Amino acid sequence: MAKPKIVKFHYPESLAEMPLGPSAAAGILTEPNAGWRVQRPVMDRAKCSKCLLCWVLCPEGVIDKESEELAIDLNYCKGCGLCAHECPKEAITMVGEGE
Amino acid sequence: MSNKARSSQLDFLNGDEAVAYGAKLCRPHVVAVYPITPQTIVVERIAEFVANNLMTCEYIHVESEHSAMCAAMGASLVGARAFTATSSQGLAYMHEMLHYVSGSRFPIVMMNANRTLAAPWNIFGDQRDSLAQRDTGWIQVYVENGQEALDMIIQAYAVAEDDRVYTPVMVNLDGFVNTHTFELVAIPEQKDVDEFLPPFKSKNAIDFNHPRSFCMTAATEWNMEFRYQQQEAMNQAKEVIAEVDRRFGDKFGRYYGGLVEEVRCQDAEVVLIGMGSVAGTSRVVVDKLRDKGWKVGLLKLRFYRPFPIEYFKGLSPKVKAVGIIDRDISFGYEGALASDIKAALTSASAPPKVINFIAGIAGRDITKENIEEMYNKLFNLTQGKEEKELQFIGLRW
Repeated sequence: MAKPKIVKFHYPESLAEMPLGPSAAAGILTEPNAGWRVQRPVMDRAKCSKCLLCWVLCPEGVIDKESEELAIDLNYCKGCGLCAHECPKEAITMVGEGE
Repeated sequence: MSNKARSSQLDFLNGDEAVAYGAKLCRPHVVAVYPITPQTIVVERIAEFVANNLMTCEYIHVESEHSAMCAAMGASLVGARAFTATSSQGLAYMHEMLHYVSGSRFPIVMMNANRTLAAPWNIFGDQRDSLAQRDTGWIQVYVENGQEALDMIIQAYAVAEDDRVYTPVMVNLDGFVNTHTFELVAIPEQKDVDEFLPPFKSKNAIDFNHPRSFCMTAATEWNMEFRYQQQEAMNQAKEVIAEVDRRFGDKFGRYYGGLVEEVRCQDAEVVLIGMGSVAGTSRVVVDKLRDKGWKVGLLKLRFYRPFPIEYFKGLSPKVKAVGIIDRDISFGYEGALASDIKAALTSASAPPKVINFIAGIAGRDITKENIEEMYNKLFNLTQGKEEKELQFIGLRW
């Protein structure tokens, strides 16, 4: 998946290492953000026609289309179910977390 | 610096125009402003400079003072030099953004025309507007005349953009007394100002190749460290302000003394302290009383933040009484300057007696007679007579 990787953030260890005001290089992901998800999307690749509607509609941009088959970045999927609701092939189903 | 300024053109300007010339000479990339009396002339003159191709900048007509500061902040974010100007209600309206700018460390320079705050509505001068912004994290300087106004706009950028400071500066002019009073002002040559103030190279700028997150959340575990950083920058600014003043003086021949200016304070037993235009009136009175043999002095407080606490700690034990002129009042206590100065004086080797004079509210003149009356009251104190600690001067009844 061509998604930003979670990296370890180097916190300042002294006053000299503090940034000038509250700022930092953009695009640093320090932890997953999916703890509030109660259902996760599961994709049936046999049904998927790669129309990319889910890729267009996903509000979090977690659908990855860089590989041969579509993939979902569950580190940042909030489980809204929009992809499953809109998929014309009904290739995505929402499954309860823990099931 | 050996390469002194070549020459300067003398022109008959009011304080607002002097500020406009000062801003022009600093070559800001962005000027985002909203007009308000008595600052409006600044905005108008800069608009004329831009329209007549005498000044190259993005001149943004914003819909409010809040937006003016937002636009200036956006400009500073990409490394542009930004200028704005306001007054009174406008300053109050941009209050929220003053914190954003200083906390994010954007070295913006703003002129403020000191004018009272409503209600009762009034467009004339006192310093309640800017003193109420004390804790916004801005450096505040108060000027005495048009020349100092022009010069301090230039110095303000040199201070704000210094690596050790990166803190915004507010240059305050007393409404009408400074903003609308004409005097001969020396306008430095552009080439000399360019030598004094090189182009702004922000060490915090973003561009497409260097994306950064700004004004982000700093949670409880980290927030206080940023505040410490701001306080350290303010402390550093004291040194930088003195350095910039010396460098400016060496170049242009005008020295202002840094955080404070002493006027005939050597051997003075009685000292009046004031900020802004009142210093001009007081100089005349000091000279007159000195001619009579009275040991009087004047301390012109130039910077309110950072506050020159060291000066007051080291006040000469010869000073027996100090009068603090406040063109403001913190209702329920006293003038803002009085609180700060009295607190600092507790560390002096021989703390003097103090009277806080509330004067010049909402444009009421502080006359030479008023100043002389203040000195008289201070001498009363030195002779053991009773004087109230807080006095309104020039009150109708």
